[in-house]
Amino acid sequence: MFENLRLAFRGIWTHKLRSFLTMLGIIIGIAAIIAIVSTIEGTNQRIKENLIGSGSNTVDIQLYQNDWPLDLTYSESPYGIPQVQDSVLDDIRALSEVKSASKYNYRQIYDGVYYQNHSMSGGYVKGVEPDYFSTANLTVKNGRLFTVDEVKNFKKICVVDESIVATLLQNEDPIGKVLEIGGDSYVVVGVVISRSTFEPTINTMEDYETYKQDESGTVYIPISDWPISYRYDEPENVLVRANSTDDMTAAGKKTADILNGTISPTDTSIKYQSKDLLEQAQQLQQLSSSTNSMLIWIAAISLLVGGIGVMNIMLVSVTERTAEIGLKKAIGARKSKIMWQFLTEAAVLTSLGGVLGVASGIGLAQIISIMSGTPVAISWPAAFIAVAFSMVIGIVFGMLPSHQAANLNPIDALRTN
Amino acid sequence: MIVKLENINKVYGESGTETSVPALNNVSLTVNEGEYVAIMGPSGSGKSTLMNVIGCLDKPTSGSYFFQDKDVLKLKDKQMSDLRLHSIGFVFQSFYLMNEENAIENVALPLSYAGVPKREREKRAIEALTRVGLADRVKFRPDQLSGGQKQRVAIARAIVNNPKVLLADEPTGALDQKSGAAIMELFQKLNDEGTTIIMITHDSGIASHAKKTYRIVDGCLFHGLEEGSDEKDN
Repeated sequence: MFENLRLAFRGIWTHKLRSFLTMLGIIIGIAAIIAIVSTIEGTNQRIKENLIGSGSNTVDIQLYQNDWPLDLTYSESPYGIPQVQDSVLDDIRALSEVKSASKYNYRQIYDGVYYQNHSMSGGYVKGVEPDYFSTANLTVKNGRLFTVDEVKNFKKICVVDESIVATLLQNEDPIGKVLEIGGDSYVVVGVVISRSTFEPTINTMEDYETYKQDESGTVYIPISDWPISYRYDEPENVLVRANSTDDMTAAGKKTADILNGTISPTDTSIKYQSKDLLEQAQQLQQLSSSTNSMLIWIAAISLLVGGIGVMNIMLVSVTERTAEIGLKKAIGARKSKIMWQFLTEAAVLTSLGGVLGVASGIGLAQIISIMSGTPVAISWPAAFIAVAFSMVIGIVFGMLPSHQAANLNPIDALRTN
Repeated sequence: MIVKLENINKVYGESGTETSVPALNNVSLTVNEGEYVAIMGPSGSGKSTLMNVIGCLDKPTSGSYFFQDKDVLKLKDKQMSDLRLHSIGFVFQSFYLMNEENAIENVALPLSYAGVPKREREKRAIEALTRVGLADRVKFRPDQLSGGQKQRVAIARAIVNNPKVLLADEPTGALDQKSGAAIMELFQKLNDEGTTIIMITHDSGIASHAKKTYRIVDGCLFHGLEEGSDEKDN
């Protein structure tokens, strides 16, 4: 085996240019596949990160009416839906998939939040408990968060995110500034940032709406102030943080079940639903994968053509080395030895092509990424499979030439010299 | 007795048809251990066919062939390969050396087919090269050697497995007179050391180095170098 490998590498090295040109088909095929797979992987990862927030594992369980989030801006609180009791929250926190949970109210803002003569367009105001920030994976960048006492004592303070600082507060030092929210004045005590990086990819109109809102920023006020600035007895929503990304779906569904067990709305189209972002991510991933799988088939054709090229060159090589084969058979090499020598050479040739293809594919994927902004994630299992597959191509397409070499009559073979 | 051919006939093409070409005609030959035999004949006389049959590269159309009491005609392809590997050493007119490999690697080739470990292969290859007088050229590639030296490497390759018979087909055909003479001296030395040699040549001068000579004419084998000097050998 080692002897065959040595002979194979020597053969390839002796005919460097020819070997490279033979490998080119395999290199192009593998490079195309790796580039496509890397792009698919990258896109999938990006979708997942964008929709579920990288590592935060948070799930929103909100009131929905006919599969649309219930907007309470202009409507009354729905009948038969009580506020979320602490005992219910405790039940949610006791779920094995849930790390933490916090209730909140929110409004999508079209008007009604002001700083001096600037108004906020888009974004959210959320009435939150102190533990909301840790559940939502938000950390203090500047200033501080609410204390339990401040919430208990209806303090008119608020925390904003960076978008609010950049837009509504015009990048002024936010601490101590006064915002008018729902007709009341709130003093900014802190700025929070999300621990996860967020670069949205817009795939649907719904995504666009969501991200437009998110990018416009959020103002957080104590949940105790919500009845003052907005409405009494408004049912809250719940944010849960799952133990892991894989637990998100279960955590969301179980929380929704618990919450739905506490309500008896007259309008039965209203119920708690989890924004199952993981499922949405998977659907989008499936979509991008199926589109790109067609490209993989096209790349596979290139590999087939590459394989035929290898077979062609191996046949030429057998013809060129007829005398060598004749001699080897004359001095006692069995058919199988000759067969393995040529099969090894074909397999080494295509495997090398595979390795070069993987390297070129990675390079190509990076170039595509830089040029088009498409994210790229190198899939090492795919790279390994690609090299193994090219080796198989070498063995399959090397079969005919090797068989031909092994079956040469030594007398005829020696006579060709 | 190592080689025993009895009434060997070899016909190319379908026997009995117009296109059939008889190459060997009722040839019988016995070679004993330690003998140095030359078979001489002009081109087309059937000497290469005879060598192929003796070397187990080809099977005759009829007759019987025993190599060390083994019925060669009954051997399968794999067994023929093994017989060539372990019992027969080939020396060809055009050396058939692999240009990318050095002398040691060329000589060690049959040992690799015999499954000899690498270190042992190298050791034995160097020993064989030393026997043919190339101890100082073991790392040279064929293109760095003269014609005579290349043939020595080929001879070293033929003897590295300690074969029962060394078969040489026109071993000096591609060499100048001086190198040819040196190769003949080497053959003599190997024969003196006990190697059985069967040499095919068209050159009577070269054939005269052997202790026993045959002539082949139109596929028929005769004793002796001169026409009419001996009876047909059957």
